[in-house]
Amino acid sequence: MRLSEADSPRLAGAAAPAAPSYLTDGTTVMSWLNTRDHKRIGVMFLAAVLFFFFIGGVFALALRIKLLQPGPFLVDALSYNRLFTLHGIVMIFLFLIPAIPSAFGNFLVPLMVGARDVAFPRLNLASFYIYVAGASLAIWGMLHGGADTGWTFYTPYSSTTPTQVFPILLAAFILGFSSILTGLNFIVTTHTMRAPGLNWMRLPLFVWGIYGTSIIQVLATPVLGITVLIVAVERVAGFGMFDPARGGDPVLFQHMFWFYSHPAVYIMILPAMGVISETVCAYSRKNPFGYKAIAMSSLGIAFVGFFTWGHHLFVAGQSTFDAGAFGILSMFVGVFTAIKVFNWVGTMYRGAIAFKTPMAYVCGFLYFIVFGGMTGIALATTSLDIHWHDTYFVVAHFHFIMVGASVMAFLAGLHYWFPKMFGKTYHEGFGLVAAALIILGFNATFIPQFLLGNEGMPRRYYQYPEHFQALNVASTAGATLLAFGFVIILVYLVIALGWGKQCEANPWGSKGFEWMTASPPSTHNFEEIPTITQMPHDYRTHEPPGVIRGT
Amino acid sequence: MSRRGSSVAHEAEATPGFEGVPPELIGHHFSSAARQNEAMRLGMWLFLATEVLLFAGLFCGYAVYRFQFPLAFEECSRHLNIPLGTLNTVVLITSSFTVALAIHFARTDRRRASAICLAITLLFALAFLGIKSVEYLEHFKEHALPGKYYSSEEVKVPGAAMFYTLYFLMTGLHGFHVVAGMSVLSYILFRTLQGRYSSAYYTGVELGGLYWHLVDLVWIFLYPLLYLI
Repeated sequence: MRLSEADSPRLAGAAAPAAPSYLTDGTTVMSWLNTRDHKRIGVMFLAAVLFFFFIGGVFALALRIKLLQPGPFLVDALSYNRLFTLHGIVMIFLFLIPAIPSAFGNFLVPLMVGARDVAFPRLNLASFYIYVAGASLAIWGMLHGGADTGWTFYTPYSSTTPTQVFPILLAAFILGFSSILTGLNFIVTTHTMRAPGLNWMRLPLFVWGIYGTSIIQVLATPVLGITVLIVAVERVAGFGMFDPARGGDPVLFQHMFWFYSHPAVYIMILPAMGVISETVCAYSRKNPFGYKAIAMSSLGIAFVGFFTWGHHLFVAGQSTFDAGAFGILSMFVGVFTAIKVFNWVGTMYRGAIAFKTPMAYVCGFLYFIVFGGMTGIALATTSLDIHWHDTYFVVAHFHFIMVGASVMAFLAGLHYWFPKMFGKTYHEGFGLVAAALIILGFNATFIPQFLLGNEGMPRRYYQYPEHFQALNVASTAGATLLAFGFVIILVYLVIALGWGKQCEANPWGSKGFEWMTASPPSTHNFEEIPTITQMPHDYRTHEPPGVIRGT
Repeated sequence: MSRRGSSVAHEAEATPGFEGVPPELIGHHFSSAARQNEAMRLGMWLFLATEVLLFAGLFCGYAVYRFQFPLAFEECSRHLNIPLGTLNTVVLITSSFTVALAIHFARTDRRRASAICLAITLLFALAFLGIKSVEYLEHFKEHALPGKYYSSEEVKVPGAAMFYTLYFLMTGLHGFHVVAGMSVLSYILFRTLQGRYSSAYYTGVELGGLYWHLVDLVWIFLYPLLYLI
């Protein structure tokens, strides 16, 4: 099950009396709630985002069950609108955006750059509590009626609907601060906390991915903040900035909203790409092919991502010239993504591939990102988008990227770093079965939605014509498989956590920098700050990734 | 491979001017005071960038509606109290000067002078808020209020309500930042009086000053946009 002992780099300094792991260093509840340790904060984020992934998933299943029938079924129309709104809000603001950066990023970035903590540990804890506050407010809003605007809060509907939009807007505003603080922390950490010898061209690719993400978080989130704040003021005080009845322009809202929310898609996918860059090397036992190309394309996506928002407004009265310009700019994202895909496949080529669970998700990811990316290029073509706009084709496209790609990468990372975080191993056989179920179930859920959208079924509708029923049933069947796969993961990970075998420090024999230290690491990460003398994932030698030479 | 092997990491340690910093002021995870200073300054600049983008949303709205209602924006702009607005600009720019002086005195170990400058800055900030509330009071009397509350007899061009929507959103958000800046400066004044800053380590004063300059800078854009053009 494990890679051979000889290949696995020995833990440097393992002979020294080990400091207690971060998990056992303080076991009271307060020692967790009041911690400044990036690893504990990362684990708390992980627990929180998994909880919200579960909630969002339950909403999704309820939607799919309703859509088994073309007519009214199970829930009324208003509840249906609330359900898809809450599904979107929970999955985007409470799961996808913090999932990889706040959970894995927090845990791993300091380990990967050879630092004892992030630059601002107190701010990091504050970021977690701001997240908890925003999430609590969102839950309160959901329990008191929820919103029915869709996660996009389009005005003027969002400023007039009688549902509880206000607390949810405020929650989005608060959650934005959590995201900004996390991003700010990572940028400063990457700039100032690197270990001796770790120059920029030796940074692990996951750190490059997180760095690109953080730039977007820091620069785009404030615009969402002010936008939702204006809508909130509009609801309470009738300022009318986006209200056509008072001379306001609702399309301005769409521009300001998508100025954040399109880059937000890259907040969800860039760290996922970073996870894939790490796992593909670890399980191909090969150095990254095209390291610079992968690193720079992360920055490329972060940069060009700021100039693509207009592709959400092709049918909102935008000029033909603007639409064309935004269409072409959007396609650049496809170019950068293709560069990455090429290099990941190049990394696998002639590698010694160990087909463990994370590698199964890497393969799923590659397929989903190519398929989802290509439909994205198609949607960025204005003439095609006019036909597909606001249909299930769009729904299927962005689920291919957000679930297909991001969630696959999240699961790959969860399995790859599970021993790192908890010092336990999971059952590989169940892992592969669950991966197969999830990848198949995902296809079965969303390929029918591409077909439905192409035939013209609009998104967010409560009822649909009867001849769409067969494909809708197929989609719901797929969603059931998907849910079943997630339940299996939940079961074997909980078993592994509670009763799993203690594993060695580096069960995969990986040469990523995060494996330089014990698994789980001690509170201060390293006994001595390592000196980096090589690239990450350099499998040519049998030496451990970082050589401790003292500082 | 080991081209510039350990360059970046050791540059910071070599930076002069951080000798003799009391160890309790350095976080356990930083290798040196210079590194901590570098991290905190970068963090502050990034935070200022987010603040600029927060206001950018409103500036963008201003640009859109100014093109949509050029007449109303000109009329309303002329109805604002230009002398008070100008006075406020002078007050805020002077306060930026006094905060810069406070940093200078902190750097040269003149703690008392630094504290006095911070206190003067706080007084200027209060004066700014006072003058702004006089203006707000005038608007309330004239019913020159945002959106649906607008019923002023003075300007009846369509779009006047939108001007006041933007006016109140922009000056309101700026006013909030003045209050936030005041709490930051009060904290720094408190720490100065405690004797936490010295010529060896005065990063806190510098960061507070940076933030206050941003508050000033935003107003320098708001003043011509709302009062002059």
